[in-house]
Amino acid sequence: MGLPPYATTPQRIWYYSFRVICALIFIFLITPIIVVMPLSFNAENFFTFTPEMLRLDPDGYSLKHYQDFFTNNEWQRSLKNSLIIAPFATLISVSLGTLAAIGLSQSHVPFKGTIMAILISPMIVPLIISATGMFFFYSTLGNWLETTLGLDKNFVGYVKVILAHAVLGIPFVIITVTATLVGFDRSLTRAAANMGANPVTTFFRVQMPLILPGVISGGLFAFITSFDEVVVVLFVGSAGQKTLPWQMFTGLREQISPTILAVATLLVGISIILLTVVELLRRRSERLRGIVES
Amino acid sequence: MSNALNQNAENGPVMAADGTPLKRSLARALRRQKGRALLLIAPLLIFVLVTFIIPIGSMLFRSVENDIVANTLPDTVQRLASWDATSGELPAEGVYEAMYYDLFVANEAKRHTRLGSRLNYEESGISSLFRQSGRKIDDLAKDATKALESAVPAFKDGETWYALMNAGNDEANAGLLSAMRGRVGRLNDSGASGDMEFAPSALMADILPLTTRSYTEWAVYEATQEERDPATRDPWELVPLALLQELKTADLSGLSGTRAELLTQAQAVSFDIPPYSEVLADIDPEWGTILPWETIQTHSSKYTAGYFLNAVDAQKTPEGYAWQPEDKQILLKLFGRTLIMSMIITCSCILLGYPVAWLLANLPASKANLLMILVLLPFWTSLLVRTSAWKVMLQQQGVINDVLVWLGLVDDANRLIMINNQFGTIVAMTHILLPFMILPMYSVMQTVPPSYLRAAKSLGATNWTAFWRVYFPQSIPGIGAGSILVFILSIGYYITPEIVGGTKGVFISNRIAYHISSSLNWGLAAALGSILLAVVLLLYWCYDRIVGIDNVKLG
Repeated sequence: MGLPPYATTPQRIWYYSFRVICALIFIFLITPIIVVMPLSFNAENFFTFTPEMLRLDPDGYSLKHYQDFFTNNEWQRSLKNSLIIAPFATLISVSLGTLAAIGLSQSHVPFKGTIMAILISPMIVPLIISATGMFFFYSTLGNWLETTLGLDKNFVGYVKVILAHAVLGIPFVIITVTATLVGFDRSLTRAAANMGANPVTTFFRVQMPLILPGVISGGLFAFITSFDEVVVVLFVGSAGQKTLPWQMFTGLREQISPTILAVATLLVGISIILLTVVELLRRRSERLRGIVES
Repeated sequence: MSNALNQNAENGPVMAADGTPLKRSLARALRRQKGRALLLIAPLLIFVLVTFIIPIGSMLFRSVENDIVANTLPDTVQRLASWDATSGELPAEGVYEAMYYDLFVANEAKRHTRLGSRLNYEESGISSLFRQSGRKIDDLAKDATKALESAVPAFKDGETWYALMNAGNDEANAGLLSAMRGRVGRLNDSGASGDMEFAPSALMADILPLTTRSYTEWAVYEATQEERDPATRDPWELVPLALLQELKTADLSGLSGTRAELLTQAQAVSFDIPPYSEVLADIDPEWGTILPWETIQTHSSKYTAGYFLNAVDAQKTPEGYAWQPEDKQILLKLFGRTLIMSMIITCSCILLGYPVAWLLANLPASKANLLMILVLLPFWTSLLVRTSAWKVMLQQQGVINDVLVWLGLVDDANRLIMINNQFGTIVAMTHILLPFMILPMYSVMQTVPPSYLRAAKSLGATNWTAFWRVYFPQSIPGIGAGSILVFILSIGYYITPEIVGGTKGVFISNRIAYHISSSLNWGLAAALGSILLAVVLLLYWCYDRIVGIDNVKLG
């Protein structure tokens, strides 16, 4: 990859200009995310750099948008909603998804291809189509739950959104867990059975610890899917279930306040943490399965 | 060993430890294993089927479903079937009468405006005809009621009607009751199976069929939709009208007692009912023209291709299929724009992604991992964050324009317009989808041994030839996989075009959302969705052929 000492001038020019092109592309990738951060400390209600900010004048900066985020009822409620909906949705998709992935990884599963296609489909079908389909389904289901079972309207709203998000997270769990199970040594479960462990014990004491990294990273994907989802919640939820992305979406459409940028900065922080966790998990999983990092 | 096996085979089947034949024992174990696997998969499969696949299927079904016309105007549609629209003559008087009765009931149930907006998709202007008619439809019936009640005051009382129509101890006409239950249920999109005491008298149904039918329909509506007891309430004004109309010719000789007395009194009431064609033409002169009848007849079938035709800017007319008028042809253009913009986005992703993927695949692992973070961080960042970032960057008072003005490249007065148009959508979506291009390319390029390039060069190839003839062909699977992935994702995108696309940079998804939540033309939204889904599934099938579902890698 390095430049050989005998390289001709055109080769040198190409070598360096290629690097410059790549650097520009990387700048393109990362700038939008970086730009948001300083702007979120803007003292003015603008979406742009003020002259004070460019002079690095401390007066040009403030934490008021963060303060707004943490004190404004709308934003706090939407954050709370997101933190209620995402974990429950994740829980459903991880528990059902892991079981199904284990079932799918057995050697003789009839209609494996069809089943796999059905389970992966929420990832393939464009969100807008899923959202419209769910819109009709969940309004009927919601009416039924409210009138026949007499459940609280708000509670039904959460149930609808949680179920809708759980479906969207399932493909990610299936994909990551089946990928982990590919390297799983079946003789371990047989050994456990041989020593008298019943299937449940075998699952929790032998299989689960080994596939746990895959399960967790699948769960993280499911969580982020739900936490970041706006189209489906827009169609299925009602105002009581307004999530953080929904609030951001309305804010962006009406351009109300740069509080959105403060939220965005916080979310970038969260995604950095998630990225680190997933990477660590991946390494741990490879180590556990005996795949040596090359 | 082989001797022993042969011997065994001659003596009979190989036995398992418990004495059953090995073959059967194996089959049983296999069956049990299959059963267990399916049992593990079943909960999730059922969950996905019920809350995802079936809802989408039924949503798509809405694109051909068209029972609203036949449900709202059941008799009219039936009688209109034999009418020949091309003859140039108006439909027969019976059709007008059926329309009057159907429309009256639809107006009571507040369903006529829905039918109006359904037909308005096909023939604009017709919804106001229905709205207008709904407002005036009960004028004639009210006059009839007044005339009847002033002549025979007993008819003011709901109980009189009930006693007149209810079977009581007589023979009931169960067929009529269940037919009316079906009608009311279909009209209101809900079941009409609730309990009710009322049953129409078979005798009355014979002598005064229209009146009995109207009263029964009202009673069913009252009991099942409004949940009120019909025994004590006044029926629709339609019932006295029907009664007066039928009494002109009815033969009351089969009746006795109060019924005969009441009806004979009513028969004496003189009330002129003009021909229904005049009544309707009075309400709105348009009923006296061919157009509304033609529209109703053309779109009265239970299933329709109309929404799909609308989705491709065509429509069903009485003469056959035709294009929409020029000014309404927007959807094909929108499909075309969605495809072209998705292609532009895919191409720019290839152009930007290829060098980066090449660099990542050829750098030493430590440096590559570091640079990989720059690719993965946007990948992991919330979509809303990236979209809002682009809104900040691209605005007229935004960061890019500020920088350009500061550099003196752009005059402060003529700041570039980069948002709310196609440019904004393309830039923002290229950024958002670029990681989906880089990651598959990178994983393919990693498998290309660098020694191939060196070998090509040592055989005398120039750098370019070595790349183009040796390296590039081997990286094509990565390009294919990435392109299909990016194309599939971009063709169905909604959020980003909605925020940075303005009016010129929106996709077909935005139109679907508009029809679902604003214009409420759900059939058209479903038809557009079906077409979009078909395209995506086709592409996905290609993706599966090229890459395989199992090779979908995350992060």
